[in-house]
Amino acid sequence: MRRVVWIALVWWSVAWVVTDVPAAEALTGASPPSPLEQALQALYSDEEATREQAVRVLIEQGDATLLPRLDELRAHADRSLRMAIKPVADAWRHRDDLASPDADIRRSAATDLGTSGRAVAIPWLEAAAGFESHHWVRYAMDESAQLLKLASDDPAIKAQAATKLGELRSQNAVPALKALVQAAEESGGTEQQKPLARAATAAIDRIETWNVWSTAIETVFRGISLSSILLIMSVGLAIVFGLMGVINMAHGELMMIGAYATFVMQECFKLYVPSSWFDSYYLAALPASFLAAAVFGLILEATVIRFLYGRPLETMLATWGVSLILIQAARIYFGDLTAVTAPAWLNGGAQVMVGVFLPFNRLFIIGLSILCVMGIYALLFRSSLGLRVRAVTQNRNMSACLGIPTRKVDAYTFAFGSGLAGIAGWALTLVGNVEPGLGQNYIVDSFMVVVTGGVGKLAGTIIASLGIGGLNKLMEPSLGAVYGKVLILVLVILFLQRRPSGLFAVKGRQAEG
Amino acid sequence: MGESLTPSSNAERNEGTIFWVVGFVLLFVLPVLNVLPTENSWLHVSDFALNRFGKFLAFAILALGLDLIWGYAGILSLGQGVFFGLGAYCMGMHLMLTIGNESVYGSALPDFMVWNQVTELPFFWKPFYSFSAAVLAGLLVPACFALVFGFLAFRSRIRGVYFAIITQALALMAWLVFNRNETNLGGTNGLTDFKTILGFRLSDPGTQLALYVVTVLCLGGAYLLCRWIIGSRAGRVLIAIRDSEQRVLFSGYSPANYKLFVFVVSAALAGLAGMLYVPQVGIITPAQMGVLPSLETVIWVAVGGRATLVGAIVGAVGVNLGRSILTNHFPELWPFFLGGLFVVVVLLFPDGVMGITRTLSEKLTMWSARLRKAPAAEEEQA
Repeated sequence: MRRVVWIALVWWSVAWVVTDVPAAEALTGASPPSPLEQALQALYSDEEATREQAVRVLIEQGDATLLPRLDELRAHADRSLRMAIKPVADAWRHRDDLASPDADIRRSAATDLGTSGRAVAIPWLEAAAGFESHHWVRYAMDESAQLLKLASDDPAIKAQAATKLGELRSQNAVPALKALVQAAEESGGTEQQKPLARAATAAIDRIETWNVWSTAIETVFRGISLSSILLIMSVGLAIVFGLMGVINMAHGELMMIGAYATFVMQECFKLYVPSSWFDSYYLAALPASFLAAAVFGLILEATVIRFLYGRPLETMLATWGVSLILIQAARIYFGDLTAVTAPAWLNGGAQVMVGVFLPFNRLFIIGLSILCVMGIYALLFRSSLGLRVRAVTQNRNMSACLGIPTRKVDAYTFAFGSGLAGIAGWALTLVGNVEPGLGQNYIVDSFMVVVTGGVGKLAGTIIASLGIGGLNKLMEPSLGAVYGKVLILVLVILFLQRRPSGLFAVKGRQAEG
Repeated sequence: MGESLTPSSNAERNEGTIFWVVGFVLLFVLPVLNVLPTENSWLHVSDFALNRFGKFLAFAILALGLDLIWGYAGILSLGQGVFFGLGAYCMGMHLMLTIGNESVYGSALPDFMVWNQVTELPFFWKPFYSFSAAVLAGLLVPACFALVFGFLAFRSRIRGVYFAIITQALALMAWLVFNRNETNLGGTNGLTDFKTILGFRLSDPGTQLALYVVTVLCLGGAYLLCRWIIGSRAGRVLIAIRDSEQRVLFSGYSPANYKLFVFVVSAALAGLAGMLYVPQVGIITPAQMGVLPSLETVIWVAVGGRATLVGAIVGAVGVNLGRSILTNHFPELWPFFLGGLFVVVVLLFPDGVMGITRTLSEKLTMWSARLRKAPAAEEEQA
């Protein structure tokens, strides 16, 4: 019914435009109807060709100032008309966005124009690229312009665009280039097509070689990122293990406490602090998570672990019990799934090369782990507390004879190791949800790090976490996460065949403890 | 830490008497109470209760195996669930194949294979058509796996905390691998929906009663085997290894071989427990072989009392009974209770229930001796 009315309306308006020109002139301001006006009217046409022509004219000559008109049109248009209008509006908007102050918007506009397949956009993109200051936005503009040129009819321009895309290592161009090569093969290869196909093949080769490298770099980055999480986790575990011979099975839950401290801090900031300061909650959560975990570690040491001194297996069991209680307590109190919104300055990432994108939160974690290791080195080797810790680690009885309060050193070190777990939890909120089982996901891996790294040597822990984290990510693409982990366990067992006490074992008689 | 754990000869004699009494109750009294009294009688043991008890006794075999290595040889394995799971899956695969055309899809293949579009039975399933092959596999697969794993571990002298961590990682890996669909072992859902065993319907109370009796017999056999091993010369070497591996090594023994032997035996016992568990419970999933079930086994032994075989059985049955009561009434509290049990037992009762009863009985004998002496002393004074 509506359709019929529309058709009648269109007929009427066309007849009116044709027969009664002066009246139309009076409406639009006494000048002959501009091509744009005509095209806008022609959109109503039922003929596909007329409509397409109108769309082309509108895209080429119109600009975003006409958008209100278009919206008006769309407000009472049927589906096919809306479909016809959409590319027009998109093109105008993207063209407008090319000059947006926000680099991300400029970039996505450029990318969208590149995939739209409309050659009109080439001059826009080239003009915008001319005074673009942001390197990666300019890259996107160049890439899009070349992509559009690749779709042109002139084989020479095509070949040039293909070469250019190869130079740009454009990932987006691969399907189009492959289609070109295939088309050339199928048609048997006329003289014109041959140089084009050659250029396309060369470009594809170039892009794919680059791809191998960029994937390799990303894999290495992911490996380092996982390693640094493992490192922050394992370092506390390893120091305590070296000092007291105790494996704390609740270490993962201390991490969970750190993560929940961050969450609680976020909620507090939401309630009591003006929203412009909200992002600084994350910094405020650092001491909070360290202290929360450290205090809990102190309590754990004072109530459970000190009574089990010299019985490492029993300590494992008792701390496992503590971890069960903590997980269930968190589940009842906080519920199953809570998340922390990362502060705005950690969103996004840095693009360092074509196809290599490094998220800021991962970079932050890597930086944090380096800082942690440096801090621990300073503490262990440049402070009197560190001297005591090393003395007790080497020979507990002798240290006690020399007047070092070994029990106190134990308690402080345990609290410090727990605090480090808290920091690990703080960092983990950036890459995952805050949930009761948070610690369990990483804990077995970090135990493996401690076992592989050996007792009492920081370097062992660092190398082991780099190795295990790196291998994990290295094998994930080919073997899948599960079999990668299985292979790592096998490798660790085989490694322990050669070095039963880890990478940097204590040598000599005291090694047998 | 070891000396006090070695049972005195007096306690051993006590254990012997207890063994026969308990064996009689389990093997004759309970089944008779299940069959003879009417449903409403207070003496009646329901089919459900008997079946549940049978499951606990299967767990007790698992606990015996762990006690053998942890209590007597000082090897804490946090991966016993893996061996239990391997045995259970062997039996489960056989039971899956006996379902035949009775399955939901009416295919000769197990249901999950039909879902996963597996058209032909994978080669490693084929031997499990035979019951005896399945039983043999249920013992040998865990044992061989333990042989390889233990050989690598003990050869390089991985022990104590290191061994515990490596076995824990093993449990995690096994759980991950068995969860995968492409291993053709049923994925997360595991193996279930069994119908018959050796031609008898599993839903029939008579079959369950028979399974219960078989479990009791196996438990008795496992107990006697462990007793025999501990009493033998090898057992004495094991206890020596637990107390000081260095000295045993310097005395000219090779601790690795003894440890490997006892580790393999305990894995086979765990496999046996798994095989008995599956037909009684009717399902086996990867969740039964993960990290937590493996650790729970440790707490059974710790609660009952390390280095006392009776303790392992008492612990397994007691904790599981407590679990099924608590999870019924306060499901949220069970993790607190379990965690608290770990802490309290390790901190306050390192010798478990058996330790408590031993101290109590020692106190009692002391008291009675003093009471007997006291009148005599009075008479002397008079």
